Amino acid sequence: MATVTLENLRKSYGNTEVIHGVDIDIADGEFIVIVGPSGCGKSTLLRMVAGLETVTSGDILIGGRNVNSVEPMDRDIAMVFQNYALYPHMSVFDNMAYGLKIAKVPKDEIAKRVANAAEILQLVPYLTRKPRELSGGQRQRVAMGRAIVRKPAVFLFDEPLSNLDAKLRVQMRLEIKALQRDLGVTSLYVTHDQVEAMTLADRMIVMNGGVADQIGKPLEVYADPATEFVAGFIGSPSTNFLDAGRLGRRVEGGAKVGIRPEHIRTVAQSETDYAGKVVYSEPLGAETLIHLKLLDGEDVTVRQEGALPIPSEGESCGLAWEAKDEMVFAKDGIRLRQ
Amino acid sequence: MAQQNGMVEKRSSGLWLTHLGMIVGVAFIFFPIWLAFVASTVDQQAIVRPPMPLLPGDKFFENYARALTSGVNAPVGIMLVNSMVMALGIALGKIAISLLSAFAIVYFRFPGRHLFFWLIFLTLMLPVEVRIVPTYEVIANFGMLNSYSGLILPLIASATATFLFRQFFMTVPDELAEAARVDGAKPMRFFFDILLPMSRTNIAALFVILFIYGWNQYLWPLLITTDPSMNTIVMGIKQMFPSGDDTADWPVIMATSILAMIPPVLVVIGMQRLFVRGLVESEK
Ligand SMILES: Nc1ncnc2c1ncn2[C@@H]1O[C@H](COP(=O)(O)OP(=O)(O)OP(=O)(O)O)[C@@H](O)[C@H]1O
Ligand SMILES: [Mg+2]
Repeated sequence: MATVTLENLRKSYGNTEVIHGVDIDIADGEFIVIVGPSGCGKSTLLRMVAGLETVTSGDILIGGRNVNSVEPMDRDIAMVFQNYALYPHMSVFDNMAYGLKIAKVPKDEIAKRVANAAEILQLVPYLTRKPRELSGGQRQRVAMGRAIVRKPAVFLFDEPLSNLDAKLRVQMRLEIKALQRDLGVTSLYVTHDQVEAMTLADRMIVMNGGVADQIGKPLEVYADPATEFVAGFIGSPSTNFLDAGRLGRRVEGGAKVGIRPEHIRTVAQSETDYAGKVVYSEPLGAETLIHLKLLDGEDVTVRQEGALPIPSEGESCGLAWEAKDEMVFAKDGIRLRQ
Repeated sequence: MAQQNGMVEKRSSGLWLTHLGMIVGVAFIFFPIWLAFVASTVDQQAIVRPPMPLLPGDKFFENYARALTSGVNAPVGIMLVNSMVMALGIALGKIAISLLSAFAIVYFRFPGRHLFFWLIFLTLMLPVEVRIVPTYEVIANFGMLNSYSGLILPLIASATATFLFRQFFMTVPDELAEAARVDGAKPMRFFFDILLPMSRTNIAALFVILFIYGWNQYLWPLLITTDPSMNTIVMGIKQMFPSGDDTADWPVIMATSILAMIPPVLVVIGMQRLFVRGLVESEK
């Protein structure tokens, strides 16, 4: 178990910098999720912590020790890869035991640890099988098992669930969370799925183009996004952005006002200045999503209780919200706070 | 329904035709081998006096024993051993060297990596026959005429095998090497524990091909072995043909030919399962 610290971590491939300085202090046993769109540098960041990519500048400390030039095996980490990377010719048992064998752990200790991990992950019946004789979910578990048996100080996960179907993904997500709680191992988990990020994370890092836009507890990030990107990326359906000038706010040009769909309500047209035509609505049972087009062409989504009446397509509606729910972003995307 | 029957009939008659074609083809190929076998079981007179017999005679043990122990120039037993050493040496040596060079080219970033790869690739265009004179010169200067090392070493580098292993290694996902690295495996450990077992079927397929390649070498052994006790069997057969007016000892020559075919056939049969698997699928 250990803390992990990243200090102004940067990575360049040739002349292109892809990670532009990331700082974070990760507490012992904390579950950190790195989330962001494709190509924003999540994997690169994780692989630097693993030691699979060199550090261009900055520092990585694991348990207070600078590991910038330490080999992966000596960093006391274990990694779960997106495609599992199981050794195809080895049995499940050997896959899990391989790292321990190299570390010259005594045979009976290896057997004990693998048996224990197999127990936790419900892999006992499959120990003699080859990876190709397993389902995707089982392979995923073996990859987890390979990480667990090493009793590392830090777990690193690179989109471990993205090859599974939706239902299994939800189940494995819960299992990973429970497992991490039980073992109390510091974890870094990369995903592009914001639901995974919200549900798993103690704190999350929202990455955007090689920059950590915001680091914080999921609900805090959701309620109080630091940039326009974070407001738009976290939360589904996405935040509505309206031109601040047109709303009559006194801010510099190009600024935007963001309002979450659940903070807008439809009202009679006479009550408000903002009105739009309903394009279509999605009744989901517990809630209804109403998509509207404003008179000036902007798209707005409203999320309302499923029990409320649903306006029909083509109908004109007024829109209203509380001023406290407005989030104002400057032209460069940074949140402006009053 | 009727139409369906018609189709089935058509298909089965087609099946018979294909079978017939294949049987004729096999018989066509097999007939000379059969003749050789027959010739190796009769005596000299039976061969020389037409018509040629089509059924085996009673001299099987006598002819084969004579071939194995005394032969014409050298006992076939010795030539078989020589061929075996040469074929095994070439096949195993080629596989070991090309595995290692492919490993180096795919997994290590060293200066001149691409240059070396293309150099190896270039040698594909230079078969033994093209470079046989300078090679002979080198081997002679090293004093390796009439020796196993002289038979094996010049043929041991293989661009083809290196190329095949390179292609195979490039299909192995990078994550596997990374997982091994996280597990603490040093490069050679990764090579022996993971890459080598994964290449098992490819190695088997190549072994069969290269063993036969080595076994069938003719020109090179002919050049560098002057001592009959170093003759390999394929060139040995040719050496048995008489020069001038001597009469050929056909039963012994034919027995030798049959003996020369047995080891490659055994290798193919023994490795058949792995061989076919290696050619059609790769296990990942
Ligand atoms: N070996 C490399 N050479 C040059 N550029 C690279 C290399 N590897 C990654 N990059 C670049 O670095 C950026 C970040 O890549 P990275 O793999 O970390 O993205 P990611 O956030 O993991 O995306 P995804 O969600 O698609 O996996 C990308 O723009 C990519 O093009
Ligand atoms: Mg990635």
